[in-house]
Amino acid sequence: MYRGRRSVVNPYSYRIKRALMKAVIYGVMTAATIPLIMMYLWLFMQSISDRVLVGFIPTNFSIRGWRFLWQEIKFGEVTIPMIWPIALNSLIIAGGVTVFEVSIALLAGYALSRIEFPLRDKMLLLIIALHAFPGITLLIATFYLLHLMGLINTLFGVIIAKAAFEIPMAAWLIKGFFDAIPWDVEASALVDGCSRLQAWRKVILPLVKPGIAAVSIFAFLAGWNEFIFAYTFLFDPNLFPLSVHVLNLIGEFRYVDYSLLAATALFYCIPPLVFFVLTQKYLMQVQVGGVKGA
Amino acid sequence: MVSVRLVDLCKYFGSVKAVDGLNLEIKDGEFVVLLGPSGCGKTTTLFCIAGIYKPTKGRIYFDEIDVTDWPPKDRNIGMVFQSYALYPHMTVFDNIAFPLKLKKLPKQEIARRVREVAKMLQIDHLLDRYPAQLSGGQQQRVALARALVKQPDVFLLDEPLSNLDAKLRILMRAELKRLQKELKITTVYVTHDQAEAMTLADRIAVMNEGKLQQYGPPDEIYNRPANVFVAGFIGAPPMNLLDCSLVERDGRYVLDFTSFEIELPRELGEVVRSRASSSEVVFGVRPEDLKISKGPATSAIKGVVYVTEPLGREVIVNVRIGDHIIKVIESASTASEIAAGQEVWVVLDFNRVHIFDRKTGKLVV
Ligand SMILES: Nc1ncnc2c1ncn2[C@@H]1O[C@H](COP(=O)(O)OP(=O)(O)O)[C@@H](O)[C@H]1O
Ligand SMILES: [Mg+2]
Repeated sequence: MYRGRRSVVNPYSYRIKRALMKAVIYGVMTAATIPLIMMYLWLFMQSISDRVLVGFIPTNFSIRGWRFLWQEIKFGEVTIPMIWPIALNSLIIAGGVTVFEVSIALLAGYALSRIEFPLRDKMLLLIIALHAFPGITLLIATFYLLHLMGLINTLFGVIIAKAAFEIPMAAWLIKGFFDAIPWDVEASALVDGCSRLQAWRKVILPLVKPGIAAVSIFAFLAGWNEFIFAYTFLFDPNLFPLSVHVLNLIGEFRYVDYSLLAATALFYCIPPLVFFVLTQKYLMQVQVGGVKGA
Repeated sequence: MVSVRLVDLCKYFGSVKAVDGLNLEIKDGEFVVLLGPSGCGKTTTLFCIAGIYKPTKGRIYFDEIDVTDWPPKDRNIGMVFQSYALYPHMTVFDNIAFPLKLKKLPKQEIARRVREVAKMLQIDHLLDRYPAQLSGGQQQRVALARALVKQPDVFLLDEPLSNLDAKLRILMRAELKRLQKELKITTVYVTHDQAEAMTLADRIAVMNEGKLQQYGPPDEIYNRPANVFVAGFIGAPPMNLLDCSLVERDGRYVLDFTSFEIELPRELGEVVRSRASSSEVVFGVRPEDLKISKGPATSAIKGVVYVTEPLGREVIVNVRIGDHIIKVIESASTASEIAAGQEVWVVLDFNRVHIFDRKTGKLVV
């Protein structure tokens, strides 16, 4: 009696109910988001003023917090260097992790998707299982290995350690994109005159572009945000990336300059934010997964 | 152009014998259809010819050259996949040009040949589109164009019409036949549709469970099926196949169906007795080779009309004889006077009767 029931419902009260429902949902979501927004708001306001009242009202507008952009800062014996070389270290780590992780994950993902080899299924399970263990449990072992290879206190050491921990998941992710490409398309490339490698390069790779983009983004962000490895494996202050630098700012002040700290933290956030806005289209495809078209 | 020869071709996937000891010779310029039910190993056979699969056993020859271990790219094959397998990231032009670019032909030569083949297949107005922007029929033509543009020695097609609607399928069927005759390319065409096989093929290879059942021209496959499988697979509606045993009684030969009997002409009975491995045989007769009589007639069996299925010009009359249902095709005018429950006589023509050995399944006569 679907028809009958519809006519019984008063459309007016129905609409009110819907609106009320919506209001409740938005209310709950807003309440949950407020603390987070407040923190970033504080960060921003603090970075452009001497003091902040009630959490987010700036007083005495000033850009002194941002002076690390154009000068060294001296506090007694402590000198805080300009930000640019530090940012470059972060960029090198993020870029290096991206290149390593993506190129290896692409080959591994292809193999996991397309080539039959013993224990392949077990390996896929193992990747997921391994991912459940926090990387920090292997910190000492990793330190030891890097030491053996003479890569302690080098950016390259941090890069390969980080990439190594990220590769399994990246390979798993990109495998999904390879899986979505029909076998026939690859076979067709072979018949049309490609060698196996040519088929991979000319047909398969262009089709997994969204996957490459997605994995690259994750890899870059992971490299940019990396803290523990950089903090543990690097001793030379000239090699510190932003993540370590921010911590040192807190640690080195007898009287913390909150404006400086806030501005540095914001500076650290900006690249990922910009990066994310530019590339979110590709990230969305990870959920959908794979190739559209014929 | 080349001839293709498969010698004892086997392809196993673990314990699954997808192709099992296939011997097949395809002449230069011949149109051969691989016909069989789904899963019988047709695609696997085609992939072996193309070099996409490496055979577990057996050899493949193009002319007299053993190409078994050659990679696909060296075989100069054009292939149309069941899914078309177009490259989604390339325009129609680039899809068709792809094989030529790999051959490193000059740009102008590529453009000329792409336009030529596109025109032949009437897709020259679609060259700038992407595969996702095409209808199924158009995608299929692009796949054909891509396979033909490199002027292959062997043309392989895997159920190319199965994704089209019925009307377009019949249209493309005729066009494919014309195309093949015009280009005279050695062609192997895979289908599970017997109507396609009958209309297109110079010769049909009927396969079942990875094994070749019969190889011959369409009329031979139809009129002289080599075994029970082929008899039951070819023809719509399929051949009536009934188990029975041959009995010799007072010098006469009788087929005993337990619930009824048919007396065989003497010569026929003797041939069956001398060739069959035992008295257990299968009696087969096509519905179109039977007639309905409303009264008793010579070599006719009495039955009761069970149900009639009108097809327009013709009617399938199902007649119950003993425990068996026998299908008879009658013209609509004759059948209009027949109603379910009516007593009728099914008239046999012993020249159109097939008898198979029940143990081996092979044709006896
Ligand atoms: N790549 C494969 N791996 C495992 N089994 C396969 C593979 N390809 C085909 N088969 C099996 O081989 C048999 C024949 O398949 P196929 O040649 O595709 O049949 P057809 O094309 O006649 O429908 C089927 O039982 C199928 O399941
Ligand atoms: Mg198939």
